[in-house]
Amino acid sequence: MRYLSGVTTLRLEAERCNGCGRCVEVCPHGVFAIPDRRAAVVDRDACMECGACQRNCAQGALTVQAGVGCAAALTKAALSGRSGSPPSCGCDDGGGCCG
Amino acid sequence: MTGGGCGCTAEPAPRCVDGAVESGAGQVPRISTRWTWRDRLEHLRCRLGSFRNRYRRPPGLYAVGRPGRDTDVVVTANYGLSFDVVRRALRDLDAWLLVLDTRGVNVWCAAGKGTFGSTELIRRVEATSLGKVVAHRRLVVPQLGAPGVAAHEVQAATGFRVHFGPVRADDLPAWLRAGRVASPAMRRVRFGILDRAILVPMELLPALRWFAAIAAVALLAPLALGLGAADAGARAAPFLALLLAAVLAGAIVAPLALPVLPGRAFSVKGLVAGVPITAAALALAGPAARAPLLALAAMLGFPAVSSWLTLQFTGSSPFTGLSGVRREMRLAVPLQAAAVLLAALLAAAHALGERGAP
Repeated sequence: MRYLSGVTTLRLEAERCNGCGRCVEVCPHGVFAIPDRRAAVVDRDACMECGACQRNCAQGALTVQAGVGCAAALTKAALSGRSGSPPSCGCDDGGGCCG
Repeated sequence: MTGGGCGCTAEPAPRCVDGAVESGAGQVPRISTRWTWRDRLEHLRCRLGSFRNRYRRPPGLYAVGRPGRDTDVVVTANYGLSFDVVRRALRDLDAWLLVLDTRGVNVWCAAGKGTFGSTELIRRVEATSLGKVVAHRRLVVPQLGAPGVAAHEVQAATGFRVHFGPVRADDLPAWLRAGRVASPAMRRVRFGILDRAILVPMELLPALRWFAAIAAVALLAPLALGLGAADAGARAAPFLALLLAAVLAGAIVAPLALPVLPGRAFSVKGLVAGVPITAAALALAGPAARAPLLALAAMLGFPAVSSWLTLQFTGSSPFTGLSGVRREMRLAVPLQAAAVLLAALLAAAHALGERGAP
């Protein structure tokens, strides 16, 4: 299953990469590969902006505006006048985003 | 005792504790890897409602089987369902289970919030004197904890190297057997029909509560206006049947049929499910509901409700990102609102026309 194309804020500065492979390890959607000692984005539109790669890139080569892709969280953020800041998951639950 | 339970919360020891294991840092409670019927009942309650918000385990260190100084340490969250899924997955193994305080939230959500994170993991490694319990320096952190846990930070602070385990706890034994190597499939999040089905109640039950409230108003308002009970029921019934069909289309049919429905936007998938179901419900609703203005209102308004409900399922899906949902909502929500408003105006016009005619 695929969601919208061309929307992710993921950015890779390949020249900073030291090829450690953590991004390949943590990405749940197979966005990265290390074809030649440096990470490459091989499936950009699969990115769901969870932020795992950014958090685990010790070189600071990866940036993404991480957040939850959840309509309810965005609605809540908009209604409380915080639509500018990244919304956080408001539901303390055991499913889904929350799986 | 420095080990499990840790004494830092008032929560009682979990029911599944069935003994204790000696370690270099004192006794550690040992847990059963079996689920009782009571566990299963509680898991069901988690899936159905707010019980999940109270379903938590005391953070700390636990023993599975007969772990020793070289046994792996598996990290999880203190949401009861996460804890239970992991302990059952470890049923044929010896392991240490390090439970982080995520305030009862599952691993992936808590990682997004940062509560399943480097800071809490570092604190918990120290609080449990894990360095005295095991001789090695490895931690098995679930892959979906990676948005919160930075492996290099944990290693710098504790000396423990983080190995990101598979996405699913059930793959843990195979991953450990393979020498802590994940196959590509173990690294991927899936969203199969069972994964989707188990999440349906999360959107459906709140929607049905709204439906009940709207039904109460739709039935009581005509009574308050002086119509007889039978008349009030007859007027409200087609509307409520169509609304219920729209709820079922948007909150059950579309989530279950997600991969086969056309379009990538969830609102489009919900619309595609809502149109034929509304049309079918309209065909069954009787001639009065098929007056031209009313039929038009129904075909505008009810699929928009389905569309909106399916859009809410983005919160349950593990492949929709913030930027995508933001873009979709900017376009879809105003259109959904406009459709419902226009439908209400058409229905009002119909009612006025009916009153005007003898």
